[in-house]
Amino acid sequence: MKKPKWGFWAFTGPALFAFLIVQVIPTLMGIYYSFTDWSGVGANKNFVGLKNYITVFTNDPKFFHAFWFTFAFAICAVIGINVVGFALALLVTQKFRGANLMRGIFFMPNLIGGILLGFTWQFIFVQVFSALGKTFGIPALMGWLSNMQTGFAGLLIVQIWQLSGYMMIIYIAQLQSIPDSVLEAASLDGAVGFARLRTIVMPLMMPAFTIGLFLSISNTFKLFDQNVALTNGGPANSTQMIALNIYNTAFAENSFGLAQSKAVIFMIVVAVISLIQLNVTKSKEVEM
Amino acid sequence: MKTKKFSIGKLLLLLIGIIAALLYLSPVLILVNSSFKTLKEIYLNILALPETLSFANYSAAFAALDFGQTFLNSVVITVTSTILILLVSSMAAWALARYKTKTSKVLFMIFASAQLIPFQCVMLPLVDFMDKLHLMNRPGLIFMYVGFGCSMSIVLFHGFISNVPKELEEAATIDGCNLFQTFFKIVLPLLKTILVTVAILEVMWIWNDFLLPQLVINKTGWQTLPLKTYLFFGQFTKKWDLATAGLVLCMLPIVIFYLLCQKHIVKGVTEGAVK
Repeated sequence: MKKPKWGFWAFTGPALFAFLIVQVIPTLMGIYYSFTDWSGVGANKNFVGLKNYITVFTNDPKFFHAFWFTFAFAICAVIGINVVGFALALLVTQKFRGANLMRGIFFMPNLIGGILLGFTWQFIFVQVFSALGKTFGIPALMGWLSNMQTGFAGLLIVQIWQLSGYMMIIYIAQLQSIPDSVLEAASLDGAVGFARLRTIVMPLMMPAFTIGLFLSISNTFKLFDQNVALTNGGPANSTQMIALNIYNTAFAENSFGLAQSKAVIFMIVVAVISLIQLNVTKSKEVEM
Repeated sequence: MKTKKFSIGKLLLLLIGIIAALLYLSPVLILVNSSFKTLKEIYLNILALPETLSFANYSAAFAALDFGQTFLNSVVITVTSTILILLVSSMAAWALARYKTKTSKVLFMIFASAQLIPFQCVMLPLVDFMDKLHLMNRPGLIFMYVGFGCSMSIVLFHGFISNVPKELEEAATIDGCNLFQTFFKIVLPLLKTILVTVAILEVMWIWNDFLLPQLVINKTGWQTLPLKTYLFFGQFTKKWDLATAGLVLCMLPIVIFYLLCQKHIVKGVTEGAVK
């Protein structure tokens, strides 16, 4: 049976209209604007060629720092989130009382928005940590978020705390899809405990690792809310990540064109990293 | 021997689980505890229980956040945007799944690949464009949520609809239903589970979103909860008694929502991630 052609456009039209205006047109305009001297909302845009890109690569130490900070942060956070998430998944899939309640608790931070979490942890790091440090005489707990190292550690703790429960949920789904018969057969063949985990469970978990890594990489690279609420990039921009650097370049320095060129570079970097990761982990997936 | 070893293992697991759960809960527990204390109590002994049970911080924070109005703004924006996203995305996904033309395939690819574009890349030109269209207001914000939300939703609906048999729809067409009747009376009721999944993902995203309202909403009285929290915190940065109560207040709605429909949320998040 043939459907009328108008039907296609009538049904896709509303979504297409919003999508074009909100995502497609701004993306295309944004690529062009990255080659202009654009200075703010409503301002003129004069074509300046590669000037912004040259500035980014040769004369922007703040962006350079934000880039490496984000990179180092992403590596630590992605490993942390997935290791903790997988460990939690293994824990709550053991059959013991309270496992379901724990699952609910581990997942909860994921639902609370980044701004609220950032401020909550600011309170914990600045007030609670320093009070405990004073009471028990532990200098390592004092002065958190007042330098780059503790800012980095703070962001890392918040990110792992928030996202590990999310990864746990994904890993649980995959763990439960492994048939008991496979595990039993492995046990009969002498693979128990850690050996079984490494040789049987881990390879069968690869599809979930593909998803878990993809989500944690893109979430970590694009981190903004927590960065704003926890450290706001401080002290002295030392904990400023790429997304916040782009925002500040635009709104604090009124260099929209420069900010836009950073955004384009950012998009390319995230896309390349994600594609490499998808290819590497996909190739490790095995058929059952 | 064997059973004993097993139970020790179980006990150990339980112990690790309890410690981990307490560790996960502790920031929120400390926050709630502090929110009932006076500022002096917070500075004197941070972990001690409050001396009296007083809601003074809460009533002050409630007023400072203009909580009633702010909460209502968040609800209206989240609910309206989500309903619109569900409507336009399910319609589009149905057409994209049922019309097997080249245009249809290309459009679907574009919708699917849009998720790779980071928001930072779109936000400046978007704000510039919306300003020209006089859409820097609440209806404009809702429209933007529809534009951003529809791409992921279409992918999720598309995957689901592809597995729904066509026979029912064809029978309806033979019985004289037009396309709209077929869609709303036959197809939409079949999509119930995926509608819930998509709704939960959109609600969680829009409810917690900070940057888009921060860019678009510039009038007091229009702010959403995350935006108001941010402004509130800038104002009361050293007043931890008020700030902790405000934070707890803002967390309550989403925690209650989670407790009410935990099963759906966990299921929705899993499906959304595995798409």
